[in-house]
Amino acid sequence: MDAGTANQGRIAAEFERLREQGKKALVTFITAGDPGVDFTVPVMHSLVAGGANLLELGIPFSDPEAEGPTIQAANERALANGMTLTKVLDMVVEFRASNSTTPVILMGYLNSVLAMANFAHRAKGAGVDGLIMVNLPQEEAAGLRQTLTAEGIDLVSLIAPTTADQRAKEIVTTASGFLYYVSLKGTTGSAAIAVDEVAERTSFLQTLTSVPICVGFGIKDAESAAAVSAHADGVVVGSALVQLMSDSADPMTASKRLETATAEIRHGLDG
Amino acid sequence: MAEPILEANTQRSYAQPTDSGYFGEFGGRFVAETLTHALDGLAELYAELKDDPEFKKELYEDLAHFVGRPTPLYLAERMTASLGGAAIYLKREDLNHTGAHKVCNTIGQALLAKRMGKPRVIAETGAGQHGVATATVAARLGLSCDVYMGEEDVHRQSLNVYRMKLMGANVIPVTSGSKTLKDAMNEAMRDWVTNVDDTHYIIGTVAGPHPYPMLVRDFASIIGQEARAQMLQQVGKLPDVVVACVGGGSNAMGIFHPFINDTDVDLVGVEAGGRGVSTGAHAAPLNDGKVGVLHGNRSYLMSDDDGQVMETHSVSAGLDYPGVGPEHAHLKDIGRATYAAATDDEAMEAFRMLNRQEGILPALETSHALAWVVENARKMSADQTILVNLSGRGDKDILTVADIDGITL
Ligand SMILES: Cc1ncc(COP(=O)(O)O)c(C=O)c1O
Repeated sequence: MDAGTANQGRIAAEFERLREQGKKALVTFITAGDPGVDFTVPVMHSLVAGGANLLELGIPFSDPEAEGPTIQAANERALANGMTLTKVLDMVVEFRASNSTTPVILMGYLNSVLAMANFAHRAKGAGVDGLIMVNLPQEEAAGLRQTLTAEGIDLVSLIAPTTADQRAKEIVTTASGFLYYVSLKGTTGSAAIAVDEVAERTSFLQTLTSVPICVGFGIKDAESAAAVSAHADGVVVGSALVQLMSDSADPMTASKRLETATAEIRHGLDG
Repeated sequence: MAEPILEANTQRSYAQPTDSGYFGEFGGRFVAETLTHALDGLAELYAELKDDPEFKKELYEDLAHFVGRPTPLYLAERMTASLGGAAIYLKREDLNHTGAHKVCNTIGQALLAKRMGKPRVIAETGAGQHGVATATVAARLGLSCDVYMGEEDVHRQSLNVYRMKLMGANVIPVTSGSKTLKDAMNEAMRDWVTNVDDTHYIIGTVAGPHPYPMLVRDFASIIGQEARAQMLQQVGKLPDVVVACVGGGSNAMGIFHPFINDTDVDLVGVEAGGRGVSTGAHAAPLNDGKVGVLHGNRSYLMSDDDGQVMETHSVSAGLDYPGVGPEHAHLKDIGRATYAAATDDEAMEAFRMLNRQEGILPALETSHALAWVVENARKMSADQTILVNLSGRGDKDILTVADIDGITL
């Protein structure tokens, strides 16, 4: 069996649908509970309305060591708002009350997940489809992957520009959901993305696996999204959206802004 | 001349970590994928050089002529007499160039950076001792150097900040999170992930992802190797107890490691008890923490029910860290070492005692180990001995102590 389709859930279904339509995936990231707890669920719906295909929801953490200043600040605000992983799962439940198809992927740091007994089971129950662990490289991932797979949750693997060919070959053997290609050496929200270098690596990765490849880090707008998407199955946009959230005074304003921004990027992708 | 008195225990029954960096169930490598390549490269290079005669010669020559090793083993006679129990021997790491044990590690890692051809080094620092030790070796080797330091520590340790600047290092205050050592380490990791091609990250303690806990321990182990030989030479026997303070745990691992196979020797680490372990305002994860993952490794950690890393408190910036090196977690779990805690007040009392009775100004970090001695030496008999790692000198702490005394200098 192809490991990439091991979990026949919402993620696989969404990529299947996109493939049939000849479209690229737009994956959006926001930090749960930022800038206020009542922003998150309305904005998730707006992102979908604007054309997002998969939603990444950041689990706020005290020490987000791979994030740039924008998402660091979002983490701090969310924690100041009293966010916990339990509350993140509650938000997914609330979202699922009126959306049963859009995949939701939690992204964060291992210590959050380790602290919750029975995380995989509770996440599945809440309607979570995937998990991205920033600080869990392949060598350390087997145990968590097993408990997630048992619940039908994809543990999304990351590949970086520094990942050697042989290592990439090992990583793709257990890839599930999609492969997250980190476009640059740096933290989230870093500057310029080098499309040529990305293209070189993603075309190599495409020879290794049929699992969809999404590119993230450094994609800010319709233009960069369009440029990168020519070389991947999808793009991830994070810091740009988080910045818009933080500049919004209330959930309604944030929803409108993020819907507009998402629609612009969608337009860029659809050409 | 260069290779000093070094032979440690020849039985090698204790062999940690595993190839993947595990000390029992602790350690490992929990980092962003981008860094795994650099960590593999570092581990490979270190494996190659570790027993390379050329590399060892270079290292020992630096330790002898630049750092001033071996450091003395010194009997604290008046303190021993006043406590009325075991004989107290101080391993004088305060006499190292730059004033603490930290330089043994930075010398070693700077040589690795040189071999890798990396022109830039970065470091995190709490008390500033590791920052100073890094700035020092960078100046000497002509490497460019950026040191991340929590904004709060920049104020607490202003003398060291200025020392680093004098040596040409750039000190970057960190304003995120709790603005202390853990946040400085986060920033250093972010820098490294961005500049990994031309930068070596000199981690200052036995924490971080594999291979750091191992290689920092190995570079620090010169302390225990010398001390063990000196005990045999000067005292004629091994100590009954070896005591060291534990922040991340490098000075403690450095002195413990060569004694691990000497099972009659008790190993005692002393964490920062802050306002008291029961108050929660401390930095003692081995006394009051749970297993978690931070800064690349699995170890004991002060984190809450949601997995958030908690704010710590200690009078000493160098111990003000919520995690601890994974090898200490392992030594605790297998019962080979025990871990006590000393409060701010107890450390201050021991600090004053060493000043007055021995004419030695210890670092506030080190004073935590001395506090254990003050409490326990008297419970031991006169024919017993305690070996204390006097990890650093307290010049950097004078402003803090004056402040506690209500004096403005
Ligand atoms: C003199 C001294 N001792 C001890 C420490 C604590 O570090 P570690 O536990 O790694 O030895 C420091 C840290 O700055 C220090 O300066």
